[in-house]
Amino acid sequence: MNVTVLLAWRNLWRHPRRTWLTLGAMVFSNVLLVFMISLQFGMYRLMIENTLLTFTGHLQVQAEGYNDNKKMRQIVPDIQALSTRLREKLTLNTVSPRAMAFVLASSKDRTYGIQVLGVDPEHEPLVSSIPGLVEDGRYLQASDTAEVFIGRVLARNLRINVGDELTLLGSGRDGSLAAAVVVVAGIFESGVTDLDRSIAEIPLTFFQDTFFMRGAGHQIVITTPDLSLVNKTVAAVDSILPKDEGLVTLDWNVLQPGLKQAIQADISSAFFMYGVLVVLVAFSVLNTQLMSVLERTHEFGIVMALGISPGHLGRLVMLETAMMGTIGLFAGAFLGGLVTLWFSYNGFSYPGMEDMAANFNLPSRFYPQVTVLAMFLGPLVVFLFTVLSALYPALRLNWLHPVAAMRAA
Amino acid sequence: MTAVRCIDLCKTYRQGDQDIKALDHVSLEINAGSFLCLSAPSGGGKTTLLNAIGGLDAPDSGEVWIAGRRIDHLKKSELAQLRLMQIGFVFQAYNLIPVLTARENVEFVMQVQGLSAAERVRRSSAILDEVGLSGLENRRPAEMSGGQQQRVAVARAIVSHPALVLADEPTANLDSRSSDELLRVFVELNRKYDTTFVIATHDQRVMGYARRVIKMLDGRIVDDIEQHAD
Repeated sequence: MNVTVLLAWRNLWRHPRRTWLTLGAMVFSNVLLVFMISLQFGMYRLMIENTLLTFTGHLQVQAEGYNDNKKMRQIVPDIQALSTRLREKLTLNTVSPRAMAFVLASSKDRTYGIQVLGVDPEHEPLVSSIPGLVEDGRYLQASDTAEVFIGRVLARNLRINVGDELTLLGSGRDGSLAAAVVVVAGIFESGVTDLDRSIAEIPLTFFQDTFFMRGAGHQIVITTPDLSLVNKTVAAVDSILPKDEGLVTLDWNVLQPGLKQAIQADISSAFFMYGVLVVLVAFSVLNTQLMSVLERTHEFGIVMALGISPGHLGRLVMLETAMMGTIGLFAGAFLGGLVTLWFSYNGFSYPGMEDMAANFNLPSRFYPQVTVLAMFLGPLVVFLFTVLSALYPALRLNWLHPVAAMRAA
Repeated sequence: MTAVRCIDLCKTYRQGDQDIKALDHVSLEINAGSFLCLSAPSGGGKTTLLNAIGGLDAPDSGEVWIAGRRIDHLKKSELAQLRLMQIGFVFQAYNLIPVLTARENVEFVMQVQGLSAAERVRRSSAILDEVGLSGLENRRPAEMSGGQQQRVAVARAIVSHPALVLADEPTANLDSRSSDELLRVFVELNRKYDTTFVIATHDQRVMGYARRVIKMLDGRIVDDIEQHAD
């Protein structure tokens, strides 16, 4: 065996207690990092999927500018035909057209401003979770005409129930008055108050007739089998869209900038905390290796007298640290993986989490996901900082004078 | 052939308010294959001279030549290379690496020299046998006596057959029997490999083995005696 490697390994265990303590700090922080990063990644994925699958979808086709200023006139022409074409070309069934208007919704004695959506009852359940959240009655059917599906809070505010009538009053695509009387077919409850208070869905064809859309709509909502396929699908959709109709494909980052910002803000604060943890571990290693170098000053003087260069000794110190870091990395990743695996089956929750989760339509228990990236990202950063922290003790050997070093006790 | 040449070496240390002349215009020539003792009382300058010859400490002025090469102005890395390949050191306090076995201590320097594993094993076995440590190859320093440790240190110093071995008070921590055994090893190696030995000591017994004794006092050479070794 290489004597330098052997020497580095045995040097590591000259003071087993000190090495174990440093390793313990390293492993503990790695376990914490693996678990927290897994939890965080799992949570973000859930947040993204839940938020997008509730309503927005992974991507949408819209008229250019519609996303910033939702005017009735900015339309996707012949939206059903285009949706069918997209389904065929993408070989993806999760494509659904929508139209949208802001209206006054009146019951017998109450009126509220809401957003009414014209949806394709056949395809909407494939891109949105709202149709599956029926509390009373049923969701819209292809044969429906003047039926509406509303949120629980809106139903309560308007004091209506399944079978009751609701009057919708708004502006058509051409600016004329648009009005319709619809019957409540079903009531949903998502748990997100904003949605439950302000959304009503009616069949797209009925919407087009009521709001004089002439076959047009405002959004084609598309979901992909996996979040990672979004960019690829955006490019595919772009290539299918007619070039002269001013249509754009927007991914969820553009459609839900708040979601991305919330995640980014959370990542920033979390990574600051992780940074503090990593720096603390790095200082612990620095302390250990500096002590280790200082107490071996005499020995280093001797081997320098024998002709071993400071560079070789520096590499020895780096090798010792890298060995310790490697143990910390794999032990931390393994134990962190085990802890995460346990929570991935049993879930994780803490006081106050329910309220926070409800804001994003999330469950009150999170299930972290064990991935190779989450298992090794944190421990690799700790390893890197561990090795970096040994640079000072290693470089310090360059200033060591053999005679002075040999005089050291 | 000249192994070591020192020309007008001066070295002054500052100790408190006082300047101490450790080397005071020392000039010296040592032939290859010599077995020489530097003798001086404590503070006489023998260790300083040994360090200057070994390139461990630079003189304030003067020149040091080893095997025809001037070394007093070499860079640290060049001096390390010189010591690694041409000079062996033996110290008073053995100074073995405590976590390595006798064999590994001997092999460590050879590995840095770039020798293959097989060659290292062959040479370390031979040299440990030569210094009388057969069977103790796998013991760590703490499991050996002072004399045995010093013989490992000697094996480490001479395993690469350096032209010059510098020993600083090598018998100071040994009993008389161990000292004699060690010195006999020195003499044997000197005869067998024609290695130049320069030993700093104030031990009369060591001087008895030397063929040349240089006496120093207050940093100056005061006597240079050729003699028949015991």
